[in-house]
Amino acid sequence: MKAEEYRERKTEVAGWPVNLASYRLGAVFHCKADNVSPGAALARTTGSTREEAEKKALDRAGQLLARTQVRAV
Amino acid sequence: MADYAHPETLVSTDWVAQHESDPKVRVVEVDMDTRAYDEGHIPGAIGWAWNSQLCDTVRRDILPKAQLEQLLGSSGISNDTTVVIYGDNNNWFAAWALWQLKIYGHQDVRLMNGGRKKWLAEGRELTLEVPKVPAVTYRATGPDNSLRAFLPQVEAALEGGGHALVDVRSPQEFTGEILAPPGLPETCQRGGHIPTARSIPWSKACNDDGTFKSADELRSLYGAEGVDGSKPVIVYCRIGERSSHTWYVLKYLLGFDRVTNYDGSWTEWGNLVGAPVEKGAVAKANA
Repeated sequence: MKAEEYRERKTEVAGWPVNLASYRLGAVFHCKADNVSPGAALARTTGSTREEAEKKALDRAGQLLARTQVRAV
Repeated sequence: MADYAHPETLVSTDWVAQHESDPKVRVVEVDMDTRAYDEGHIPGAIGWAWNSQLCDTVRRDILPKAQLEQLLGSSGISNDTTVVIYGDNNNWFAAWALWQLKIYGHQDVRLMNGGRKKWLAEGRELTLEVPKVPAVTYRATGPDNSLRAFLPQVEAALEGGGHALVDVRSPQEFTGEILAPPGLPETCQRGGHIPTARSIPWSKACNDDGTFKSADELRSLYGAEGVDGSKPVIVYCRIGERSSHTWYVLKYLLGFDRVTNYDGSWTEWGNLVGAPVEKGAVAKANA
């Protein structure tokens, strides 16, 4: 088994940059969303297509990122 | 790997692929979220969970020596085993494991350059099989606390000067705009950074593929902030895992002798009553 069709792309969710890394393992697509800087994983999902796995990851990342409070300094 | 001070502590994905069946080598994937290991890992690799197997689960601390010995022994790791560690999140938690193994005196422990991300991106072989390894007896030494900074040492460094403090969190954590990485739980009462700390996010030490930048690039990166190895360095982040990544860079890639990881980090400092805190823009180098 190998990770195939590995791809990364950046997008924005709830005002925060998000990096999506997706790839196929056998018949299943896997996706990991991280918060770019600092790079912590936010979601790890699967789907029968890349789009499905990415959508799940983006939904979960959005839920978490929406809770982040920005303070004036 | 040329030009690094200690290239023997870093191996490539090629090297790991070539040593998959080497009985003297034990490959370990270390993650916060062990679903990564479960979805597929390097053949022959065992998996360690950072939060349950590499930390004291009762008090906030690294593993007690006896538990470390038990973990390594049950993982088939002897004192003379070459341990190669890799993981998700650009090797943050792998670096934590390496730091801890060094604290307890393991001689030959190495990071896989680029971590899990590079292995996946290169389309290398993965397996779901969890290897059955024969348990052995492991005897740790130490702990060598010269690799670790505790709160009193950070306070003393702040009072006495003569140290370089490096904050490896993201710029917005450093300024105090956010109290934790976006999307993660806030674990402190106050935002900002330890006075005099320089902001050098851990990720600046890496290329896009997750591998470490060249020694020259790293020297320039840290040197530009006055961190050149001429004085002791204390690195910190939020919980000590990102800073163990930078600790590795300074200690083994640049060869600085006096580098300590303040694993209490901002979760400790940002909760202290009365501790000095700076907020706002990244400080200019005062060297």
